Amino acid sequence: MTTTPVAVTPAPQEPLKGQAAVKAVRKTFSSPLASAIVALIAAVWTIPTLGLFVNSFRSKTDGATTGWWNFFIHPSFSLSGYHDVLFNEGGLIQPLINSLAITLPATIIPIFIASMAGYALAWMPFRGSDVIFFTLFALQVVPLQMALVPLQKFYTHGLQLFGLTIIPSPHLNGSLAQIWLSHTMFSLPLAVFLLHNFIAQLPSSLIEAARVDGASYLRIFQSVVLPLSMPAIASFAIFQFLWVWNDLLVAKTFGGSDPATQPVTARMANLVGNFGAHLELLAPAGFLTIVVPLIVFLALQRYFVRGLLAGSVKG
Amino acid sequence: MATSTPLLASSALGQAASTLLGVIEAIGGFIAILLIVFFIAGRVTGRLQKPLAILITLGPALLLVVIGLVIPAIETINLSFKNQQFLGQLDTKYVGFKNYTYAFGDSYTQHTILRTLLWLLIVPALSVGVGLLASLLMDRMTHTGLPKTLIFLPTAISFVGAAVIWSYVYNYVDPRNPQTGLLSEVAIKLGWHNPPNWLITAPLNTFLEMVIMIWIQAGFAMVVLGAALKSIPDEVIESARLDGAEGFKLFRTIQIPMIRNTLIVVITTVMITTLKVFDIVFTINNGNFSTDVLARQMYADMFVTSQVSRGAALAVIIFVCVIPIMYFNIRQLRSEREIR
Repeated sequence: MTTTPVAVTPAPQEPLKGQAAVKAVRKTFSSPLASAIVALIAAVWTIPTLGLFVNSFRSKTDGATTGWWNFFIHPSFSLSGYHDVLFNEGGLIQPLINSLAITLPATIIPIFIASMAGYALAWMPFRGSDVIFFTLFALQVVPLQMALVPLQKFYTHGLQLFGLTIIPSPHLNGSLAQIWLSHTMFSLPLAVFLLHNFIAQLPSSLIEAARVDGASYLRIFQSVVLPLSMPAIASFAIFQFLWVWNDLLVAKTFGGSDPATQPVTARMANLVGNFGAHLELLAPAGFLTIVVPLIVFLALQRYFVRGLLAGSVKG
Repeated sequence: MATSTPLLASSALGQAASTLLGVIEAIGGFIAILLIVFFIAGRVTGRLQKPLAILITLGPALLLVVIGLVIPAIETINLSFKNQQFLGQLDTKYVGFKNYTYAFGDSYTQHTILRTLLWLLIVPALSVGVGLLASLLMDRMTHTGLPKTLIFLPTAISFVGAAVIWSYVYNYVDPRNPQTGLLSEVAIKLGWHNPPNWLITAPLNTFLEMVIMIWIQAGFAMVVLGAALKSIPDEVIESARLDGAEGFKLFRTIQIPMIRNTLIVVITTVMITTLKVFDIVFTINNGNFSTDVLARQMYADMFVTSQVSRGAALAVIIFVCVIPIMYFNIRQLRSEREIR
C-alpha cells in the first residue's frame, strides 16, 4: 500500500470533538503527495482516450503516420476523417442508427417488465415469492454465453422439449426484435433485483392508503409505484442503455454480420480487423462509437452511480 | 461521385427512417398491449384479483427468464455431453464427458483455461487495488469531482471502443520511423531502442490486454468503495482517532473492516465480468498470438469452427466457475437482508 507520510499531529491537550475532529482526521490524508497520486492516476486514465480524440481531428496522413502527441507540436486540424467515416468508406451512419434502434427498445421494455415483477415480489407476497426473488437474482450466474446457441435455435425453431413444440417459432429471424428480446431476457435478473429493492422500500402507508381508497393492485402499480420509482428506473435505464449500446457478443450472434441490423460496435470490430488499408479512419470511427455512451454517462452520472450502489452496496 | 452522394444520402436516410419507425412501433405496441391488459384485468374484483395481478405483473418476467436463461442453460449442459458440430445438426449422440476430457486434455484449451485463471487473479486484484487507493485518497480531499469523473469515464466505453483507444497506445511501428503508439514512443525515449511489437509478443500481450480491462473496471471499484467509505459514520472515525488511530493504521483497523462487505461484492462483481471477457480479446487479436480466453474460444467453437458441443462444454466450465463467486455474493446479500 501507499506510504503516505502521516503528519504526526502533536497529541492535543484537549481532544477535538465532533466536526472538528473529523476534519482533522480527514486532513491527515490530504497531503500534497495524496493529491499528486490522484492526479497521476487521473492523468494515466485519461491519456489513452485523449489520444483517440486528438487523432480523430488530425488530417488523415498525419494521423496514420505520426503519433497523436505531435499535434501539440505541429497542430493540424481536419474533419475529413469524420466525413469519410460517415459518408464514404466508413459507412458508420447505418450502424449508428441501428445501435439506437437496438438500444431504445432493449432499454424501455425491460423497465416495464422488471418493475412489474419487482412490484409483485415486494407488495403481493405469496407462498414462494421469496424463493422466486432469490432464484431470479441467482440467475445472474448464467453466463449469457450459455444461452446463445439455444436461443438462436429458439428463434428459428421455437421451443421444443423432447421433440414436442411447446412454443412455436416467433419468426423473428434476422430482425432487430430478436436482439431486443435477448437483451431483455439477459437484463431481467439484475433489473428485477435493483427495482425490487427500491420498490420494497416505498412507504407502506402510501400503498395501504391507496388500498383503502379502493384501488386495485394493478391500479396501485400504475399510479403509485411506477411514478415513485422513477429514480430507480432512471438508474437502471442508464445502466441498461450503456450495456446494450456497448454490447458486442449478443449483437454479433443475433444479427452481427448483416449490415442492416449491425450495431456500431460490431461494425467497429470489423473495421479494426480490416482497417490495415484505412488506418486513418480508425480514430474518428472509434470516437463516434464511444461518443453517445459518453454523453449519456456524463449527463446522468449521478443516477448511474446510484444504480451501481443499489446493485452492489446496501443503500 | 458528386451526383451519387445525395442519392446515396437520401436512400440511407430512408432506411434510417424506416428503422427508427419500426422502433417507435415496437415500443408503442408494447406499451399499448400493457395498457389494454391492465385495463381489462382492472375490471376483475374479488378473490381472483390478487392472483390475476400477480400473474400479469410477474408472468412476463418469469416467462422470459425461463425461455432466455433457464432452458438454454439446461440445453447447453445437455449439448456439452453430445457430439454436435454445427448448428441445427440432427444426428447427434451422447458422448459422455468426452468434450470435457478434451477441454482439459487439449494443450491449446489448457492454455486458454490457465490464461483465463490468470485474468481472474490479476484483473480484480489490480482494478480493486487502484480503485481502493483512489477512493481512499479522495475520501480526504475536497474538489474531487474532476479526477473522479476522469477515472470513472472508461466505465462508459465499450470494450470495442477501448480496444481502438488502446491501439493508439500499443501500436507498433519500426523504430526507425516515427512512432504512432504511445508505449513505443515512451519506451524509445527512455532508451529502449528496439521495443517489441507489443500485441503479438506473448506472454506480454495478455498482460497488456489485462491493462485495458483494469482501466475499465477501476472506476467502478473506486465509486462503489468511495461511497462505502463515505458511509462510515463520522463518530466511528472520531472515536478511533481519540484512541490514537491515524493514517494507515486507521485505514487498516477501521476503514477496511467496515467496508469489508462492499469490498467482497466489488471483487466478485469484477471477477464475474472478467471471466466473461470476450470483446477485448476478440477485437485486438481474435485470440491469436497466445491471448485466447475461455469466452473467446467458446464463441469460436460455437459459431466459427463448427464444434458446438466443445464450445458448450467451455460455456459450462465458465458457468461452474461463476457459481462459487456468485454464491459468495448472494450470501453477502442475504446476511445484509437479515440485518435489515
